[in-house]
Amino acid sequence: MQLETLVKQFKQKDEKAFETLYDMYHESMRGVIFNIVRDADIAEEIMQDVFIKAWNNASSYSSEKGRFFTWILNIARNAAIDKTRSKAFKNSKQNLDSNFFVDILETKDSLDETTNSIGIAKFVKQLSKKCIEIIELLYFKGYTQSEASESLEMPIGTIKTRNRNCIKNLRSLVLE
Amino acid sequence: MDIKAYIESGILELYVAGALSEKENQEVYSLMQQYPEIEKEVIEIEAAIVRLTGSTIESDLGIESFEKIKNQLGHNKVITITKSKYNWITYTGWAASIVLGLGLLYTTNKNNQLQSDIQISKTQQSLLETQIENSKSNLKEANTLISVLRDENILKIPLAGQGNFANTFAKVYWDKKAQRIFLDAEGLPEPPQGKVYQVWSLTLNPLTPTSLGTIDNFNQDSNKIFEITNPNNSEAFGITLEPVGGSETPTMNQLYTLGVISAS
Repeated sequence: MQLETLVKQFKQKDEKAFETLYDMYHESMRGVIFNIVRDADIAEEIMQDVFIKAWNNASSYSSEKGRFFTWILNIARNAAIDKTRSKAFKNSKQNLDSNFFVDILETKDSLDETTNSIGIAKFVKQLSKKCIEIIELLYFKGYTQSEASESLEMPIGTIKTRNRNCIKNLRSLVLE
Repeated sequence: MDIKAYIESGILELYVAGALSEKENQEVYSLMQQYPEIEKEVIEIEAAIVRLTGSTIESDLGIESFEKIKNQLGHNKVITITKSKYNWITYTGWAASIVLGLGLLYTTNKNNQLQSDIQISKTQQSLLETQIENSKSNLKEANTLISVLRDENILKIPLAGQGNFANTFAKVYWDKKAQRIFLDAEGLPEPPQGKVYQVWSLTLNPLTPTSLGTIDNFNQDSNKIFEITNPNNSEAFGITLEPVGGSETPTMNQLYTLGVISAS
């Protein structure tokens, strides 16, 4: 089914359409959240909250403002960051390792060779360090282009083209 | 517009990341609507990011987890269905019928109230009419009395209490010309049940009583002044207590008051 139709139905609170969207994006959201909170249970919990939040605020989404994926990605990142700022969370996690998402991928190599993610992990690790940095900031951390430019000490134009090339790379790795 | 260059600029990757300004987002969106190549590019970028982000953590909870949130959507779903089932027309209809119902109820209530108000007014009106009628006749009566009292030709005969009834009294005003008397019976007690006062005209030589009738409305009359016809050449007036209907001759032991006309 067309994504546009699905999103429209979702806005009209069609649960079936919402379930399809959930199937499409929930793993992605859990991944993004996990990268921030680094706890599988908490990530699962936040991910579910994010989708409930999305459902409750369905009417506030407008496709003119951005992709549905981007919208929910924003909700997920904000929810995860909020969680890391909560007192209870800070107390339980003394220091979050500042490693990039690739490190999470690495840890899974030893688990199950057949899962899809590990296949991807292998490819992703082929990405250059520069790419990993930029993807981390823009997609996992939700930096704006100017924030990324500041953080990486690169002009915005360079950020854009470099990111473009990195994603091109990624696409050739993960999409046949 | 150079679509290829636009795509190569890397703006679409930032668009998917949510790293653009609101204005830029709207720009990309409208270009996507115009150029399918741009839309295709966005979809592919998004797909790659979804796969990448989704692969950071192992997931075997997938199917089960939607069931978990589904329960939490439940409440909202009920509300949603209610909303779509009963649209604004239904609500407006209900609201209108309630308003109408209340209106009708109010009107009926008001109508009943007005009806009863009218009834009350009518009653009051007839009451007032009666009062006016009474006042008129009272006035007439009073005027008559005044004219009687002022008339020089009227004899005033005090009737003194007799025997056991010494503390009673009455007065007779006799208008000889008009052949009527006015009896002022204020000094008499109310007659007991089954009895009435009977007024007598008397001649003294020989003593002959002539009945002037009974006072049947003694209790009802407020001023206790009674007009009685008297065509006789009376020499005295007496009042006795008799059984209802009156008697042929006065019951002498029930003679209350008696007054003799002084020769003048």
